[in-house]
Amino acid sequence: MDLFEYQARDLFEKHGVPVLAAAIATTPDQAEAAARAIGGKVVVKAQVKVGGRGKAGGVKLALDSASAREHASAILGMDIKGHEVRTVMIAAAAPIESEYYLAILLDRSNRTFLVMASVAGGMDIEEVAHTAPEKLAKIPVSAVDGISVAKAKEIVSAAQFPHDVADQVSDVLLKLWELFQSEDATLVEVNPLVKTTDGTIIALDGKITLDDNAQFRQPDHASLIDHAATNALEAAAAQKDLNYVKLDGQVGIIGNGAGLVMSTLDVVAYAGKKYGGIRPANFLDIGGGASAQVMADGLSIILGDADVKSVFVNVFGGITSCDAVATGIVQALELLGPKATKPIVVRLDGNNVVAGRAILAQAAHPLIEQAQTMDGAANRAAELATK
Amino acid sequence: MAIFLNKASVVIVQGMTGSEGTKHTRRMLASGTKVVGGVTPGKGGQVVDIDGHHLPVFNTVAQAMSATGANTSVVFVPPKFAKAAVIDAIDAAMPLVVVITEGIPVHDAASFYAYSVAKGTTRIIGPNCPGLISPGESNVGIIPADITGAGPIGLVSKSGTLTYQMMYELRDIGFSTAIGIGGDPVIGTTHIDALRAFQDDPETTAIVMIGEIGGDAEERAAAFISQYVTKPVVGYVAGFTAPEGKTMGHAGAIVSGSSGTAQAKKDALEAAGVKVGQTPSESAQLLRDILGR
Repeated sequence: MDLFEYQARDLFEKHGVPVLAAAIATTPDQAEAAARAIGGKVVVKAQVKVGGRGKAGGVKLALDSASAREHASAILGMDIKGHEVRTVMIAAAAPIESEYYLAILLDRSNRTFLVMASVAGGMDIEEVAHTAPEKLAKIPVSAVDGISVAKAKEIVSAAQFPHDVADQVSDVLLKLWELFQSEDATLVEVNPLVKTTDGTIIALDGKITLDDNAQFRQPDHASLIDHAATNALEAAAAQKDLNYVKLDGQVGIIGNGAGLVMSTLDVVAYAGKKYGGIRPANFLDIGGGASAQVMADGLSIILGDADVKSVFVNVFGGITSCDAVATGIVQALELLGPKATKPIVVRLDGNNVVAGRAILAQAAHPLIEQAQTMDGAANRAAELATK
Repeated sequence: MAIFLNKASVVIVQGMTGSEGTKHTRRMLASGTKVVGGVTPGKGGQVVDIDGHHLPVFNTVAQAMSATGANTSVVFVPPKFAKAAVIDAIDAAMPLVVVITEGIPVHDAASFYAYSVAKGTTRIIGPNCPGLISPGESNVGIIPADITGAGPIGLVSKSGTLTYQMMYELRDIGFSTAIGIGGDPVIGTTHIDALRAFQDDPETTAIVMIGEIGGDAEERAAAFISQYVTKPVVGYVAGFTAPEGKTMGHAGAIVSGSSGTAQAKKDALEAAGVKVGQTPSESAQLLRDILGR
């Protein structure tokens, strides 16, 4: 889960990383009140989970609370690269002398953690990495040893931070590591980390990504979920514990196993080229035990999607046997009754496939059509989606 | 011959007394795997009867190893306790640890992986994987044993069900070993490790490699293939239609910005001389063409 800037700022504060006073607002009134409470010059910042908001006019300096109100009024509701601004952060303004960059992240390629640090902060770090790689220090951090005081000093020196801020930056690194570890983050980025004109180091903007797999030991993270941005079908699926992602095509997909479902989407898009660009409408992995109830839940989500014109159920019976899946499909259609209206192409293979296909053949449900192969089924489902 | 797992594999099950552990211990035994016991901290001394096999339960992996001579462990422990279970196995210098558990926090996986590297005596497969099967020799994990038999193909895949699908497509030819390495961001055994082992295995004559979106493991594997692998390799990559920034089922299956796309992986593999099919069936056919069967 990616966090909003203000959520990252709050976690920085919680772990002792120096930040400026700030508050969030969803109305111009709230923005004005927040600016008045903070006092002096403030910055009004659009809260969107996408880069480039400054260029889009989503960050404005306000000299007083009245102008904070005006800026908030302009920024709230703005569309930044497809993201609607529903919240702004009002933050105290700081006199900046220098801008730096610090990040701790999971380095998948090397299966370890990595610190990236640069004294050329404030800009797109990927551009720095590309145009001036010597200005970006990359230092691996062992998941066992973490960042000690000595390691922090090594990083600060490798990135050539000026002497007058070395101790402060080193301290920030230790606190960021503490945050990274204790919050189960996979990315903690401060950009820019600034030195103000009085020599103080402050985290001015940040990005944090949290590990969804750690939810069981991070109960506080549930409150960070942005429910307003979740698609209604995705929210309904999540309620049923279904692994569902809404896409923009016409063929509803149900399958078992993440890899097979991803492959099913591709095979449908591939077959769909022949039918004027028919594409998959969703990702839905019902997992190993495809019970009737899970199948019914899955089908009901998919049939509730107005974009769906046909459905492709693609199951390879590994541990699950195909007869159980077939029974699940038949019972699901009974449960759904008249709500089931779209043609369903079913491809079963693997464990107990003969019995599974026989159950579907015997049920002879008018919506169900069986296919012998995955490619054949994809082709048929794409064809049906054009009708 | 096979890689990582063979007739000499003697297996203990960490989490055998849990429902998943019991269910799959039964299936592994039925497929001929030498399962000799289990580990559940606090339940040491119990004996579990699974279809007439009386399997002792131990508190630690070290105790289980010294009592049974096990050289392989398979982990069915829930995410919350998985790190401690894997560390226990590494501390006991268990040569092979297969972690089936899905949903382990990546900090835990990174930590036990780093620990295994530091100790240097344990190969981890997974987490979030279906395990591996060397048909006719041994089966560790949850891969169905009855899809196909022994043969000359080596298969390495990030995905469980795509492993089954590909084994099924090529069931008349058979496999030396089929290994699911898992779909998490940090895994113990990579495509490269499996490719190297298949290249060095005299019984494997052709290799199928299945990848998916996220990370750059396939690109690295492609570079490795150009340098090291002389046997024919056929590829398949899932996730061409996956949108940017969405996790597709597997924790590691995510396109971030422009990195981790299926197209980039396919391009890298093809540049290394790997034939890549558009669908699993096409990839299977490409392999048939190579083997002339």
